[in-house]
Amino acid sequence: MNLARYRGRAGAGAALWLTGALILCAFAALLIGPYPLGLVEALSVLTGRGSTGQAETVLLAIRLPRVAASLLVGAALAAAGACYQTLFRNPLVSPDILGVSAGAGLGAVLGIFLSLPVVAIQLLGFAGGLGAVMLVAFVAAAVRTGDRTLVLVLAGVVVGALAGAATSLLKVLADPYDQLPAITFWLLGSLAGVKAADLVPAAPVVAAGLVPLVLLRWRINVLALGDEEARALGVEAGRLRLIVIVCATLITASVVAVAGVVGWVGLVIPHIARMIVGPGFGRLLPAAALLGAGYMLAVDTLARTISAAEVPLGILTAVVGAPFFLWLLARGRRAWA
Amino acid sequence: MKRLLRSALAVVPVVFGAPGEARTVEDSAGRVVEIPDRAARVFAAGPPASILIYALKPEALLGWPRALRDYEKPYIAAPWRELPETGRLTGRGGDANLERVLALKPDLIVDFGSVRDTYIDLANRVQEQTGIPYLLVNGRFAETTASLRLLGEALGVPDRGEALAADVEATFAQLEAALGSVPAKRRPRVYLARGPDGLETGLKGSINTEIIELAGGRNVADAPGRHGLVRASPEQVIVADPDTIVTWDRTFYDRVWRDPLWQGIAAVRRSRVYLSPTAPFGWIDRPPSINRMMGLKWLAGLFYPHLWPGDLRGEAHAFYKLWYHVDLGEAELDRLLERAGGRAP
Repeated sequence: MNLARYRGRAGAGAALWLTGALILCAFAALLIGPYPLGLVEALSVLTGRGSTGQAETVLLAIRLPRVAASLLVGAALAAAGACYQTLFRNPLVSPDILGVSAGAGLGAVLGIFLSLPVVAIQLLGFAGGLGAVMLVAFVAAAVRTGDRTLVLVLAGVVVGALAGAATSLLKVLADPYDQLPAITFWLLGSLAGVKAADLVPAAPVVAAGLVPLVLLRWRINVLALGDEEARALGVEAGRLRLIVIVCATLITASVVAVAGVVGWVGLVIPHIARMIVGPGFGRLLPAAALLGAGYMLAVDTLARTISAAEVPLGILTAVVGAPFFLWLLARGRRAWA
Repeated sequence: MKRLLRSALAVVPVVFGAPGEARTVEDSAGRVVEIPDRAARVFAAGPPASILIYALKPEALLGWPRALRDYEKPYIAAPWRELPETGRLTGRGGDANLERVLALKPDLIVDFGSVRDTYIDLANRVQEQTGIPYLLVNGRFAETTASLRLLGEALGVPDRGEALAADVEATFAQLEAALGSVPAKRRPRVYLARGPDGLETGLKGSINTEIIELAGGRNVADAPGRHGLVRASPEQVIVADPDTIVTWDRTFYDRVWRDPLWQGIAAVRRSRVYLSPTAPFGWIDRPPSINRMMGLKWLAGLFYPHLWPGDLRGEAHAFYKLWYHVDLGEAELDRLLERAGGRAP
């Protein structure tokens, strides 16, 4: 009991601390970039007191949407990862488990293959992600034998593999000088071209997915105990599970459509959050979302500054995240309590 | 035993072939290859090779690695427009089946491009497996004249190879004479925009962008020690502030004039964004083959308009006639050059 209260206070403290740090970091990130922009000039642009030359475009049309996008993408992927890990009671699960990334990848690659405009590529990515998970849910519902969770995961593996195969087929058929590089870059993830207009449809969808999760966070906690125990506590596991899957899928598909396939965040950040606030979903969800936002902000700031060309996010998230995660594991704090 | 058998088989054609029917050439990788005296059926290992063979000896070309699209066909001479699709043998996504290659009964396989070890090994393997001589020709821009002469010789059309090489030499010499004295500071700062959002580009020193430097421009995408295609962020483009943007992507070209992110960039403000023609092959890349010679003239004309009084239309007509065996009509020229000259300011 004492421990729980301690954790409760630590959780609230951590959340406050993380939010404050995040706001500071986001502001700092706005000041970093290849375009030389001083603090004073940045402040005058941000407060709308005029600017010189390109400063306004750089700050308001390029960096601001990009910083916002990195926060959104990181928070969304980490929150979705936390959902799936709790739902499947397995720490090795990532948001890709039900094929959403593979489906989104296929949709976007198809858009590139057909030489469609960027908006259409994003829409196809979103639709592909949703479609893949719907197919998985349909297959899982049709198969009525065995362990429901196992069937769901296996269906996700199968649909993901099929979407991956279709993506590879499109890569073989694509123009190697024109479309293939675009496909490769998209599948590695990037926020290089993100604009405010891209976030206008994505942010509400992420919010629409996050709000039910936040409201239901204490019930979802019960899911981690298993179906029988959940029923004993008056929670209908089947329906709740469906809601969680729908919300997490919406969240993931909408950010993957904007940023491309960014791996690793949804897998590792929930772990780190769990090390800080413990396994309770009620605290895990906000902690994972905040940490994910911060992590993505840091990684994307690196991606746009360490080289004269962009470094794909999918590469950096792993290169930065993997050693850090190993270090955390080596310290032996509670990984899955 | 197996090896013995294979080398015995390899000797067979030499033993039974009539004397004088075969000869040897040394390809760009230094491989000594025994080739038929008159190569009549030549398989192109990839798109760059198919263009080189088509320019030198179209009647020997067995097919296009990718069938020509409808909008490309008018720019290829009639008999060779409908050649079948044969697939790619090398490079990214090689998809030609060796049995299908053999079914076409080629007497020579040609690859035009990288002559690095992987490609040498691949050439040796295919040659050993199929018994068909496999020539590797260097695809770097600076090697164009040597490559034309080498393949002209190998295909039994040395005069044609010499004529085309002379044309390239003349262009190179003309550029050198005109641009040699232009100081680096006065050279245009060029950004090659690829992809529908224009944020994909080729770094300085990569095969996709070497044409910019040859035409007297400076590539603003320069990351020392790195080559190849990369993504850039809009901020990086703004900082680089190119005064000329070249693209072949129609979507990007239409979008750049309206997109607020690009409005402050010098090239957009001065209406110096140019859409490269892409038929039958790209002018600046896609694929990197001798089709870039036309792009070289075009870019040099855009970069230094006062140095080239000759008109693009005439140049294009002459180039397509000499290299692609077509006499373009007014309508085809109109369609080809529709946006190549940039938008009126």
